[in-house]
Amino acid sequence: MIEVHNLWKSFSHLHVLKDVSLSIAQGEVCAIIGPSGSGKSTLLRCLNLLEQPDQGKILIRNQEITSPKMDIQKIRQNIGMVFQHFHLFPHMTVLENMIYAPIHVKNIPKKQAILKAKELLERVNLTNKADSYPARLSGGQRQRVAIARSLAMEPEIMLFDEPTSALDPEMVKEVLEVIRNLAHTGITMVIVTHEMAFAKEVADRICFLDEGQLTENLSPDEFFSKPRTKRARQFLEKML
Amino acid sequence: MNLHFELILEIIPYILQGLFITLEFTLLSAILGFVWGVVLALFKISHNKILNGFAVFYTSIFRGLPLILSLTLVYFATPQLFHYDITALEAGVITFTLNSAAYISETIRAGIAAVDRGQREAAIALGIPYRKMMWDIILPQAFKNILPALVNESIALLKDSALVSTIGATDLLRRANIVAAEKYLYFEPLLLVGFIYYILIISLTWVARILERRMRRSD
Ligand SMILES: Nc1ncnc2c1ncn2[C@@H]1O[C@H](COP(=O)(O)OP(=O)(O)O)[C@@H](O)[C@H]1O
Ligand SMILES: [Mg+2]
Repeated sequence: MIEVHNLWKSFSHLHVLKDVSLSIAQGEVCAIIGPSGSGKSTLLRCLNLLEQPDQGKILIRNQEITSPKMDIQKIRQNIGMVFQHFHLFPHMTVLENMIYAPIHVKNIPKKQAILKAKELLERVNLTNKADSYPARLSGGQRQRVAIARSLAMEPEIMLFDEPTSALDPEMVKEVLEVIRNLAHTGITMVIVTHEMAFAKEVADRICFLDEGQLTENLSPDEFFSKPRTKRARQFLEKML
Repeated sequence: MNLHFELILEIIPYILQGLFITLEFTLLSAILGFVWGVVLALFKISHNKILNGFAVFYTSIFRGLPLILSLTLVYFATPQLFHYDITALEAGVITFTLNSAAYISETIRAGIAAVDRGQREAAIALGIPYRKMMWDIILPQAFKNILPALVNESIALLKDSALVSTIGATDLLRRANIVAAEKYLYFEPLLLVGFIYYILIISLTWVARILERRMRRSD
């Protein structure tokens, strides 16, 4: 589903990603972990070209999205992204947030979009918030809406960039619960997270980024019991 | 001091016709200036060097010239250059549109820049095309932030509109002066139109406050 070949990315003189290669199968859940500043967000943002890589190739469903003649907007419709700080549209209600892109990007009839949105709101347990503005919601509720908004586009891939890092502790659970349920639907997911227990439970694979290099790419069992590199061991000791 | 307000009672209808001209003029200039200002602001944030350079240069021109100079230039140069007999109202609307767009574009540009980067990223990630993202996601938020500044700009426009009296448009101020010259009464007609301007501007401020409150509903 996702193939990354020899990806390089730098910001002016700072090399953030160094020769990262990775492939994720359809339906797989991949957790990206690593110290802060190691390039996790940048890697994730390259997958939908929010960042343009300097070198290397990215293939989504065997289509090279890094090729200049690719219609990237079309590709992005198929890749949902959930941000640490939600980024709901504050001037739209929850329902309006969710139906905007389906209607204006995918040309789905409004009625149908509303139906779909309500169904998704039920799935994230927010049926009664359809007409609220984002400012009226708690952090956990906002993040669940953000997830539902992405899902409304019916993407095959979901990217999560530290979806619970901006939340108060008591709200982390409700968001993780939503993501966990999603993992069982067969959607392909890439999750950047600091929630080790969650990664261990939900992910099929753990990728460890260290200073821009992908140094470990293992099953959760292997990674958490015997990581190969010293840096990963040190990182785990600090996190667990 | 002897004031003769009873004398100007009869010319009130005449003055009020000037009110319509002032309002027509201000409203047209405000709307057209806003639209053109949005376009200029989009030029200013675009990566296209030509559009960008044009908008920056354009703004500097209008900032660098006295408004009354631009106004007389448009009014007197248009017939000479284009052989078109421009009316005072047209010249006024054109000048004030061009001028207020220059100022508004700067305000709008700042308003757009102040919208959280994440809004743009979320829109891009959803596959929303640039134009829709701007109109439906970014500009409404920018607009809300700059609403007070826009109202101030319209107030300035309303006040500046009195300048069209210098090229012969029979707006409020011009009519007051005409009455003054005919009846040898200065204080009363000027006080009357002063009062009308004042009421207009106070109402505008008041409308802006209501709008602001309504838009803040989503906060
Ligand atoms: N747009 C940017 N411009 C400049 N530097 C950036 C930008 N985005 C990220 N960086 C830098 O790249 C490095 C990796 O960032 P990031 O991918 O966000 O790391 P992580 O998500 O693992 O914490 C950091 O040092 C960060 O400061
Ligand atoms: Mg990050």
